[in-house]
Amino acid sequence: MEEELEGGVVKKFLYVNRRAPHGTIYAHEALEVVLIGAAFDQDVSLAFIDDGVFQLKKEQDTAEIYTKNFSKIYSALEMYDVEKLYVEKESLESRGLTEDDLSVDVKIINSKEMKKLITDSEVIFNF
Amino acid sequence: MLFGILVNEGPYQHQASDSAYLFAQAAIEEGHTIFRVFFYHDGVNNGTRLATPPQDDRHIPNRWSELAEKHNIDLVLCVAAAQRRGMVDPDEMKRNKKDADNIASKFRISGLGQLIEAGVQTDRLITFGD
Repeated sequence: MEEELEGGVVKKFLYVNRRAPHGTIYAHEALEVVLIGAAFDQDVSLAFIDDGVFQLKKEQDTAEIYTKNFSKIYSALEMYDVEKLYVEKESLESRGLTEDDLSVDVKIINSKEMKKLITDSEVIFNF
Repeated sequence: MLFGILVNEGPYQHQASDSAYLFAQAAIEEGHTIFRVFFYHDGVNNGTRLATPPQDDRHIPNRWSELAEKHNIDLVLCVAAAQRRGMVDPDEMKRNKKDADNIASKFRISGLGQLIEAGVQTDRLITFGD
C-alpha cells in the first residue's frame, strides 16, 4: 500500500552503520529499517564504518549477554535484493580485521571512496 | 522545501528532540513544510503524555503536540520501537491486551514504512541523534 504512494520515485538510499552490533540497540534497529525499506524498491546501499564493521564479524555469539544474535540477517539481505554492502578499509584495518573475518560478501573501499558514496547518496540513514 | 525529520533519542536525556523541535519551528517560520516527524529508537519516548517535568522546565511531549496541532504535522512513533519501550496508543492497547495507553495528543503509532516514505517523498530528511 505504502509502495504505491511513491509514484515511481527511486532514490539512492544509504544506511551508514557506525556502531558495534551490541552494547546499544542502534545496529539491530537499523537492520529493521533496512528490511522494511527493501520492500520499497529503492536503490539501497549499506556502509560500514568505525565500530560498525564489527556488525559483520563472523561467529558472533550473544548467548551470555541475553541479546538477540541478529548477525545472520546480514547474509540474508541478498534475498531482499539488498546487495551493495561497502566496508571502509581503514576502519577494518585499525581494528585488526580482514575481509576473511566478515560473514558476508562486501566491497571494501577506502575512506575517500566512502566519502564519495555518502556524497552521491540522496537519503542517508545514520545509525 | 519539504522536510522530513527523524528523532532517534529520548526526551530530556539528549538534546536531539529539542534540536529537532527548534529546527521544525524555524523551518515553518521560514515558509517550509514539515512532511512528518518520525520517532525511532528511544525517540519514541517523546510521545508519552504521562511525562511530568518540573514546572520551570520545557514540556517536550506537549511542545510537539502543540506544534503538530498548530501546523498540522504528522508525528509518528515507530511501532516496533514503541512496543519494546511500552509506548501504547488505544489500538495497540487492545491488540496487545494492555491495561492502559500513554500516547500524547497528535502522535500516532505506525510502521517503519512511514520513515522510508518520508525519505522518498521529501526534499530533505534530517536526522537528530548521535
